[in-house]
Amino acid sequence: MRLIRVVEGPFDPGEEIERFARALDDVGALASFVGKVRGGGAVCQLELSHYAPLTQKGMEALADEAFERFDLRGLLMVHRVGAMKPGEPIVAVSAGARHRRGALLAIDFCMDHLKSDAWFWKRELRGEQWHWIEPRPEDHADRLRWAEKS
Amino acid sequence: MPVRLVFLGKLADLAGGGERELDAATGWGALLTTLEPELAAEVACERVRVAVNGTLVADKRTLTLADGDELAFLPPVSGG
Repeated sequence: MRLIRVVEGPFDPGEEIERFARALDDVGALASFVGKVRGGGAVCQLELSHYAPLTQKGMEALADEAFERFDLRGLLMVHRVGAMKPGEPIVAVSAGARHRRGALLAIDFCMDHLKSDAWFWKRELRGEQWHWIEPRPEDHADRLRWAEKS
Repeated sequence: MPVRLVFLGKLADLAGGGERELDAATGWGALLTTLEPELAAEVACERVRVAVNGTLVADKRTLTLADGDELAFLPPVSGG
């Protein structure tokens, strides 16, 4: 069971995860993560762009790897693109596995790769100026954590 | 049939738009000469990957474009 989608408008992570969870059987653990646009700063809008011919393919390949590594029974990844406001969900990842460790590790693994290895570009509107977000060394380091285990 | 160039992320700002067309198929070196110097320098940079028709190219310097190809310039990603 896998649900991998890029969506161009608002989505309801709770609803997505619930529907996914209902469709899974033979699962002892379900772990979920929702990433949102951070509020409280000067950012009034966030815009994510992507390159469609690569994005879906890349997320499918990431799902393949997660299934192989963590003995998963199911994986949900929904990623939004376009303009969004603080507080709105950007990404939801949910993993179902026989045991908790696989499910917990799988969402961490998928998020580290979505942050540093998926074809998304991000810019923020602060005041009236758009600023492109540069890759952060931490994101790269987060992804490398998984390299030694393969 | 022209070749389509797609600029992603901040390269789109630098190119003054996300897409442009090239009249004729060409190789990498000749392609760079059709771009503004600043843009050419940026896309030639090692951190910028390219994809032809949705497939990543291992070494962009060796690519040759055919009529109707779509060439995408992909700067370093900044996270989902």
